[in-house]
Amino acid sequence: MEKLMLGNEAAARGLYEAGCTFVSAYPGTPSTEITEEAVKYPEIYCEWAPNEKVATEAAFGASLAGARSACAMKHVGLNVAADPLFTISYTGVNGGMVVFVADDPAMHSSQNEQDSRHYAIAAKVPMLEPADSREAKEFVRQAFEISEAYDTPVIVRMCTRIAHAQCTVSQEPRTEVPLKPYVKQPEKYIMSPANAIKKHPKVEARTAALQAFAEQTGLNRAEYAEDRSLGIITSGTSYEYVKEVFGDSVSILKLGMVNPLPEQMIRYFDAHVDRLVVVEELDPVIENFVKSIGIACEGKALFPIIGEFSQSVIREAMGIPSPSHPEPVQVPGRPPIMCPGCPHRGLFYLLAKNRYTVIGDIGCYTLGSAPPLNAVDMVLCMGASVSGSHGFLKARPENAAKTVAVIGDSTFMHSGMTGLANIAYNNSPATVLILDNSITGMTGHQNNPTNGYNITGDPATAIDLTALCHALGIERVTVVDPYDLKETEKVLKEETAFDGPSVIISRRPCALLKQVKRKPALSIDPDRCRNCKSCLRIGCPAISAAGGRPVIDPTQCVGCGVCGQLCAFGAITGGAL
Amino acid sequence: MSVNIMICGVGGQGTLLASRVIGRVFLQCGDDVKISEVHGMSQRGGSVVTYVRAGRKVYSPVIKQGEADFILSFEKLEAARYIEMLKADGTVVTNTQEIASMPVITGAAVYPGDVLDTLRAAGIRVDALDALALAREAGTERAVNVVLLGHLSRYFDFPENVWTDALKETVKPAFLEMNLKAFALGRGN
Repeated sequence: MEKLMLGNEAAARGLYEAGCTFVSAYPGTPSTEITEEAVKYPEIYCEWAPNEKVATEAAFGASLAGARSACAMKHVGLNVAADPLFTISYTGVNGGMVVFVADDPAMHSSQNEQDSRHYAIAAKVPMLEPADSREAKEFVRQAFEISEAYDTPVIVRMCTRIAHAQCTVSQEPRTEVPLKPYVKQPEKYIMSPANAIKKHPKVEARTAALQAFAEQTGLNRAEYAEDRSLGIITSGTSYEYVKEVFGDSVSILKLGMVNPLPEQMIRYFDAHVDRLVVVEELDPVIENFVKSIGIACEGKALFPIIGEFSQSVIREAMGIPSPSHPEPVQVPGRPPIMCPGCPHRGLFYLLAKNRYTVIGDIGCYTLGSAPPLNAVDMVLCMGASVSGSHGFLKARPENAAKTVAVIGDSTFMHSGMTGLANIAYNNSPATVLILDNSITGMTGHQNNPTNGYNITGDPATAIDLTALCHALGIERVTVVDPYDLKETEKVLKEETAFDGPSVIISRRPCALLKQVKRKPALSIDPDRCRNCKSCLRIGCPAISAAGGRPVIDPTQCVGCGVCGQLCAFGAITGGAL
Repeated sequence: MSVNIMICGVGGQGTLLASRVIGRVFLQCGDDVKISEVHGMSQRGGSVVTYVRAGRKVYSPVIKQGEADFILSFEKLEAARYIEMLKADGTVVTNTQEIASMPVITGAAVYPGDVLDTLRAAGIRVDALDALALAREAGTERAVNVVLLGHLSRYFDFPENVWTDALKETVKPAFLEMNLKAFALGRGN
């Protein structure tokens, strides 16, 4: 039966059909649904790991035990998982192991635009790149076969327009793959220098064998047109855009295996076309390879190195006219915002009001950087708020009373803990705010090790953040309710004034969680309102002054009451007030 | 026949569901279909777009300038934001609902209430309806997306049951009756 499937859903279907029994992942757009879809198959054990390194190591452990296993992450997650990946390349696998990485060209939901193909080259592991959902499913099956045949982890590279695009996919039955026997093999699995020295030549020999495989696999294919004046080498979604523009009128070398690349196939293709063009999103990886084997081609001289491709990018680069279209109309922007009732809003209002330097982190609370709050000074990567604030205050200890780190509960478990250990151990006067909304929010509500539920929604051990901070050497840990502005502000001032490490846990569940009940909407009494617009300073989408005076939209307001605490005239009433 | 439908709105309005229903309808009617969505950060009350493309064979999952036969907009301002994507002879089907964006709320920008007149003055075919009022009539403001689907369905010759069957497969059973009512109101039954 054919079904419309997201690329991520198809990848999960591929895991199911290929007999995979273990998946570990940390959520990250655009990779999250691989695991969310895989968990729907009872045959596959799935879990959210605290971070991508743990997920990759866990998947390796399952492979070592003989299971077909997988881990999944977004592109920046592979930075975190790079450590195990580079050495799993040396040990090889027992059961087949697939590493999903989802790149995000154009940074729809990311902090950088890195090209994961560099990791495949650097770690010397094969990488497959599907062009649509159909291939996503099929390539997963082949990835397991390559993994077991060549004793290597295999990376399957997705990107936003594959992960979050749907096309029809056929569904085949699952092939059960029994556990391979586990045999103790110290030379294979203990990467001490003596063993690793013997392993490295085997990795190089494997690459040579994979190069030979790349020459004959159906993953790579040439599609010759009658007209041989233009030949295009491409992969992934870029293939779809090329086909959209050129149809069957040009010759195409479509690469499904992007590491290692098929040198002879490329030479043959080049010999049979007049002009050779490489069409690849992000970095010139294929182009540089083609040039390195002495073949002239055009690539980034025509195409951008920045952003995602589309049929219009192809047309423009190749000098093909684009369709006419209406003139653009200038309209006000609509950036993403914190939701009505978001527990982060009041806290960021206080941080902005008191002019704190806020060392931020990755999550919904990154939106604290947006107008009108403009409360955040820095956002780098997962966990960098905690370690970054430590360095900032070692360099500028006099700023301690006006500096905080801000990190979510899930991000703290991902990579904030080690930074906090550093604060305690090397004793900086940092104040770390853990925004505990009991969920991994931005990626669409995944449970995490602190909220008491696992990936299936079943009860799980809830790690106690207060006890954890104490265990990491922080004596002063205070819990506040961010809906209570007065108390939160008092604690903020006390803890930042304290000359030593401290943690404030700002605890209030995400307003979008099902179990969080909406309170009746608030309203503004026009007789009491002096139109001072204080209530607009928190940037709540439920409050606007379109008619010149603030009004609360009852369809959006969830009755959190934060705005009412800002009104000096008692004009905001109802709900929780 | 090939059809490109761009769906735009504000994060949380249910654009993903609408694109999935439309995708099923075209698939049911024998077309190749591709749908492209954006998840993650932009969903938090930001401007969101999804694309549905149908035809004998569809390659690209995205719709670019001058390629959309329809822009189905869940909010008035959003119809104008992506107007460049419309074909010269394309149609804008839009909700007349206004949702203030943050620059409007903070006073950094003014909501252009007459934006549909601007589009019409530029010679663009605009079919506007108060989908919010119809959704309320159906029983829930959350059915704005299905009201708009009903209205869009008027532009295609498919039998109505193809649309309602696709709805049945996509929405939760508990909300089906309300959604069928919303669809009928949007279609003008």
